[in-house]
Order: sequence, then C-alpha cells, then structure tokens
Amino acid sequence: MTTVGLIGFGVVSFRGDQRTALLPGETTHGHYQIELSCESCHTAPFTGTDEMQDACVGCHGDELAAAEDSHPKSKFTDPRNASRVAKLDARYCVTCHAEHRPEATAAMGLSLPDDYCYQCHLDVAEERPTHKGLGFETCADAGCHNFHDNRALYEDFLVAHSGETPNHPVATTLIREWVADAEPPPEVSAEPPAGWVGSAHHLSEIACSDCHRASNPADAGWVGTVSPDKCGDCHEAEVAQFGRGRHGMRWAADLAPMTPGEARLTMRSESADRELDCNTCHTSHRYDTESAAVGACLGCHEDEHSLAYAASPHADLWRGEVSGSLPPGSGVSCATCHLPRVASGEHIRVQHNQNANLRPNEKMIRSVCVSCHGVGFSIDALADPALVLRNFDAAPGVRVESITMATGRLSERERIE
Amino acid sequence: MTPRTLLALGTTLCLLGCSAKPDISAPTGISPQQMADALHAVMESDRAIYTKKVVNRLQNEENVIKASEHWKDEQALPLPAQMFRMGAEMVAEKDAGFTYSLLSPWPVNKQNKPKTPLESEGVGKVVESGGNFYGEETLGEQAYFTAIYPDKAVAPACVTCHNEHKDSPRTDFNIGDVMGAVVIRIPVGS
Repeated sequence: MTTVGLIGFGVVSFRGDQRTALLPGETTHGHYQIELSCESCHTAPFTGTDEMQDACVGCHGDELAAAEDSHPKSKFTDPRNASRVAKLDARYCVTCHAEHRPEATAAMGLSLPDDYCYQCHLDVAEERPTHKGLGFETCADAGCHNFHDNRALYEDFLVAHSGETPNHPVATTLIREWVADAEPPPEVSAEPPAGWVGSAHHLSEIACSDCHRASNPADAGWVGTVSPDKCGDCHEAEVAQFGRGRHGMRWAADLAPMTPGEARLTMRSESADRELDCNTCHTSHRYDTESAAVGACLGCHEDEHSLAYAASPHADLWRGEVSGSLPPGSGVSCATCHLPRVASGEHIRVQHNQNANLRPNEKMIRSVCVSCHGVGFSIDALADPALVLRNFDAAPGVRVESITMATGRLSERERIE
Repeated sequence: MTPRTLLALGTTLCLLGCSAKPDISAPTGISPQQMADALHAVMESDRAIYTKKVVNRLQNEENVIKASEHWKDEQALPLPAQMFRMGAEMVAEKDAGFTYSLLSPWPVNKQNKPKTPLESEGVGKVVESGGNFYGEETLGEQAYFTAIYPDKAVAPACVTCHNEHKDSPRTDFNIGDVMGAVVIRIPVGS
C-alpha cells in the first residue's frame, strides 16, 4: 500500500522523466514504453486490485475477447471455483503478470513458476494418457497450449488439419480489392507534392485540406505535420490498432512518440531519433504500401530476424510479386506476417497492431501461416527459435507432437468403439 | 361508533401508517428460493425454445444449418449448452447478484462435473428423482443458497449430439432423460 501510495503521490507531484525515480523495478517488455505514464495502470492514487484490473482490461480486453480467451475471468468468479481461486487467483491479470519484478518475470510477462497449470489440471493424464509423465512446466511449450489463446491449438482443429502438406499448392494471402475498384484519378490543377499523384489519396479524391486543415477552428488553419489523430478521422480502426502496438502505444498514452532509439530490440543507429507515426512507414503523400511492407521496417529494425529476411524464401516470393513474375498475394513481406490482412465482413483490412499476433507466436498460425502452409508445419516452424531467428530459411528442426497426440487419441477411441 | 370516534381512529391509523418505518428485521420481498425458481423458469424456457425452435428445427428437421461445438470456425449454430454457458458467463461479468452453471455426471467437458459436496449430492438427487433440490453451502467464505434443477433432453438434437460426441462418457441417452442439472447460486448473509 505504501508503494502504491507513493506512486499515487508521484503521479500527482512528478512529471515526465522525474517519475523514473519512482519506478519500483524495471518494467516488462510490454509496458516499458509507457512506464512513465503511471496513470495508465495506476488509474488513481492508492489504486486497488479491481481498478488495476480495469486498466488491464481497458487495453487488453478486446484482444482477449478476440482470442476467445480459454480462461476468462467469469470462469473464476463462479463460486464453484472458489477453492481454485484460493490457490491461484486467476480473476486478476496481476496474479500471473506482476509488473516491476524483472527477477521473477519470464516470457510473455509471466511472473509465476511455469508449472501453474497443475493447480487445476492435475488429473489431465486420466483422460489423456498421452500426457502421462509430462511435466506441468511443459504445458505451455510452443505448439501445445496457451492459457488465453488456443484458437490454433485445440484438439479438433489439430485433427481437422492433420495430414496437411508443408506447403499448399496454391499459396496466397488475401488481396485488398479497393485499389483495383478505384475510379479513374481526378485531374489535378495545382502543383501537387511529390508522390501524391497516383496515390491512394489521389485516387480517392482526398484533397490537401482534408489532411492539413486544423481540426480545432481556434488553431491556425494549416497544419504541416499530420498526426495519427487526423489520419484516424478516416482510418479509425487502423489508428486505434496502431495505438495498441509497440509503434503507437506511447502516442496513445499521450507521451512523446516512440523512437527506435528507445526500443529494446536492435535498431539502426541512423534511425534512432525517428518519431513513429503513420507517416513514418507510409511516407507522406505517396502512401506507398509496397515500401511500407518491407522497406519501412528494415529502415529501423536491425535484429537477427530482420537482417536474415533478404536471404529467406519468403523474400524471394516477395521480390517475385513486386516484379510481377508471381501473382498478387504470393509474396511474403514483413507486413504479410506482422501486419496481416484480415477479412472483416465484405472488406479486407490490414491489422495495424503489429504485435497482435505475436507472443505467443502461435497466434500467427491462423492469421498468417495457414494461408500457405499446413498447420503441423506451421506449429513446428514457430516452435523452432533458431529457425525464427534465421527468418525461416529451411525446414523446421523441431517436431511438436500435438497433432499426433490429437489424432492418436481419436484413433484409440474409434478402436475401442 | 360515532363519527368523531371514527375520525380519531382514522387519524391515528394514518399517523401510524405514515410515520411507521418498515421493520427491516422481518422477512420482506421474495425469498432466495422464489428468486431462483423464477430465474430458472426463464432459463429453462429460453433453453428449450432455442433447442427445439432453432437448433432442432434448422439442423435436424429442415437441414438448413448445422449446430457445432466449433460454431465460429464452421459458421454454424452454437450448441444449446454453449448458448446457455455463454449467457452464464455474460451474467457473471455483470456481477448480477447470482451465478448459474450447467453440470452433469456425464459431461462432455469434465470440468463440468459436480465438484462441491452440495453439487454432488444435489445433482445426484435431481438426476435420480427428476425434482428440484435446494440447499446452502459456503464457498470461499461466502454462504450461498444453491438451487439445483433437472436438465432434460427436450429434442432429438440433445440426445444425438451427446450420444455421438467423442468425449461423452455416456452414449445411451433418450428424449426425456435427465442429462444434467442447472445450478443457481445466490449469495446470502454478509
């Protein structure tokens, strides 16, 4: 309580970098960008557990709902699970994801010992003999189970996709249809800025003033730098997603925009001070999605996975699509995997939270990998950390037994019947 | 009784009535059992209607659309039990002053087996008798009035799905059988 009170006092009394002194410990990879926006989590001085939970759900609730969370809070508020809650209070995110405790925090921000599943699933082997003898610390191994998101790992899904070949005969991603449907571009009377002619904005008859006119009439009439807020006037969903990912979360928390120099991943030094907003990747006026799909990423990211992309089979396909030797949708850019196209009703939209299908990386299976690869191959590839670092330059060196277990259980049951 | 006496008596009663505070120690309003019975009447009716008029009609009679455990992936109807559980989860999120669940001695998901001693006793009795069961239990330092009602197979869809499901521990259900129980809990006391 004293700590929380001090934080509350700090929120009120300190501003900006002065708050660094109040941090009780290093923050996790998911929150360090907004660690000086104390009120993002500690919504009021002396924030209680319920208020803290509201803050967690405020940012992560939609994502959990979309993931069809396997362990929603409502499971644990059911009185019949009171004895389980007494052992592991899974009603609250912070029970498993305690913040400011780097010494106890592992992958995915988990601050519990990784065998926590035994608290409720001690008898799992009674129903699934294949699990006999498996340590509970292996439940969440890559390709097996996740606490929240099991959309690509549940038993019937694995059975339905058993026997698939590594690569589908026709391997393409969703195609955005709106550019092809655009009307002939309007004539331009004034001298336009470089790159604008032929851009999506030009084709859609978006004039200079639509972006550069100040939103607040009290301000000067012309705004030189267009903020994500302005982009959000038309691209509301995309900007909201941008604000939930690593690129935009500082902007969304009313902090100075993120810069590569503040990242924990390895970034190019020449990009260190580049502030991230929509135009950082989409380039003003041109809005070139081809550049945004690879060039923009590699202009900042310099980690092993990023550097290995150019020599990968995925990059070969991308170069083929860009050159026209391969059909649209057959190339695999950075954006193909990290900003995937998603069918939303009648439209194809781009997910602009590039972290939405990472951590755990099995989230990528359904949104990306299965467009081109079998589920078993995808699970194996994502479970191979060395292969991920080498940007999938070869066949997986890891074999996950989950599909074999699922089909084996089904066969055994059919044999008994 | 003279008019003067009647007026005096009426005035006295009015004053008593107007100034008297309700005795909060006396039982007032509906009892936990009445509340549980009323809630169950709604649940049972909605559940039967969804099962008969939606799932059984569209899947078993008119072959329009199937119902599936993986209804979202397969663009199918949610199973009646899933529909019921989704409602229970949404109610739980609202902290509405009661909770409810669907349990069975033969659940497809074994997490839905009776677990607390009162659940084990009550579900066993309603399956055996077909009648309701009421009791009190304390879970996590909170006392609850717990009502348990039989959940019967009301349409062929109930029976065929459970009898054919790969994870069902019982495969000889008939229409009219008690397949499980609805458990409603209302917190009582402080």
